[in-house]
Amino acid sequence: MPPSDVTSLRDYLGATPHCLNHFLWSPTSSIALGELVHGSTLGDKLPMLSGRSVLITTRDQLTTALTLIELDGVVRRLTLCPPDLRYEYLPSLIAKADIDAIVSDNDMEHHGLGIPLLVKCALEIGPRVEIRLDRTPTEWVLLTSGTTGLPKMVVHSLASLTAAIKTSKTESPPVWGTFYDIRRYGGLQILFRTILGGGSFVLSSVAELLGQYLVRLGANRATHILGTPSHWRRALMSPAARVISPQYVRLSGEIADQAILDSLRLFYPQARIAHAFASTEAGVAFEVDDGFEGFPAKIVGPRSGNVELKVDDLSLRVRSPGTASGYVGREDSVLADDEGFVDTGDIVELRGNRYYFLGRRGGVINVGGFKIHPEEVEVVINRHPAVQMSSVRSRKNPITGSIVVADVVLKAEYCSGTNVSSAGVKEEILRICRDLLPQHKVPALLNFVPDLDLGAAGKLARHA
Amino acid sequence: MESLAESLPIRLTITSQIQQIAQEQGRTLVPLTDDLALLESGLDSLCFAILVARLEDLMGFDPFTSSDVSHYPVTLGDFISFYKNAAK
Repeated sequence: MPPSDVTSLRDYLGATPHCLNHFLWSPTSSIALGELVHGSTLGDKLPMLSGRSVLITTRDQLTTALTLIELDGVVRRLTLCPPDLRYEYLPSLIAKADIDAIVSDNDMEHHGLGIPLLVKCALEIGPRVEIRLDRTPTEWVLLTSGTTGLPKMVVHSLASLTAAIKTSKTESPPVWGTFYDIRRYGGLQILFRTILGGGSFVLSSVAELLGQYLVRLGANRATHILGTPSHWRRALMSPAARVISPQYVRLSGEIADQAILDSLRLFYPQARIAHAFASTEAGVAFEVDDGFEGFPAKIVGPRSGNVELKVDDLSLRVRSPGTASGYVGREDSVLADDEGFVDTGDIVELRGNRYYFLGRRGGVINVGGFKIHPEEVEVVINRHPAVQMSSVRSRKNPITGSIVVADVVLKAEYCSGTNVSSAGVKEEILRICRDLLPQHKVPALLNFVPDLDLGAAGKLARHA
Repeated sequence: MESLAESLPIRLTITSQIQQIAQEQGRTLVPLTDDLALLESGLDSLCFAILVARLEDLMGFDPFTSSDVSHYPVTLGDFISFYKNAAK
């Protein structure tokens, strides 16, 4: 343990043996984690940032990672700006989080925001300036990936962000890869797992196509690869899906249906396929690796472990040391209830001895008074072997208020044929829906589309 | 007075869609005559919702959402006239 009672990311790094053999890779560079124990990317600018509320707006993920490691335990508050954040939201975020310094790898875009200190960083490691800085437990602020409006600013600590990470030293440390961005909760978890657990990490880039990233994952022999079910459906459409051979495949952030779990098991027979539940607010709640969608009912209820789950008013609630402590600048909105449970807004249904996710509380389609979760229809559509992915949405209707519309992407081998065969597939998909769903949940219209819009967080874009 | 030729495509489009939706939804239709009350046709409100959405895609308009709707069609004849008028 370090002499101070504040443990920072750099302390964890210093405590990890062999970290000169562990790397962070970007498309163009690589950095050995050990270089950071005694090196610095901010150099003599680090003391200026001490105790401040800092916004990170770096574009490159590797530069972001280096900066985060250096600033944790030094600055008062660290707010991570995801790459897709709309510029018009910045002034509001800056005001709410009392931001008085910006660290960025580009200096063009922050003039006029009225920030007293702008610090430019670059992907270079220089000698560390040995000045004794006051150590402070840094407050981490992550932005949610809400579909519309100003993102919520969720407050975490290093302790809450690392609560779910179990460090077990293995002979061959993992090589992590994820389609997530490290400036969001899911990606940041992987950076921390790399630092705390010992291992390497192949960082993605917004400038890179998914196929190119898969090739890099393969070249760096990535063993542990994570993404949303939508990311994985995309990945399996890529010829480069064959160049990776992961030992561990994890899905989270959306409902992992049986079809994608089965497809991944067939495609990567050597891998452990797991789906996890985690959110920026609730933290990492659980992981299921029995190969089936949903989760065992026995994990709900009081438990001796760290994470406690309950189902109340249809939705899943989580209480754990990984839960965020609140929102910045939104004293009116409550993150957790009086007992510390976070309402995830994810609606679950108990069938037999297993819970299944139905969809989001806010995403309900109302067809003449019948409530439908888009996800429960997608799960059924995705059962058809020709379907790569699907998105179910609401369409306004003068008779029933709304109707259910499905946009479906077919697997490549089904697209090459004539329209006649796709008409047959359409009828088959609708037949499966009619067999398994009540009438009002069956798509009234079903369109074949070449692709679907994934938001920056890798989840199907849903429009209210 | 419009000619039979002008009105035929709309009438045919509507009746063929009604038959197709009834088949998809497992509904038994009664004979489609102009004085047939829509609610007695064998289609339920969800079927009509689908019908209106598909007709909008086929014809490019939805007369139900136009602002000058004074009354909703009651019979199949009303329904066809409703679309014909909106198409003018």
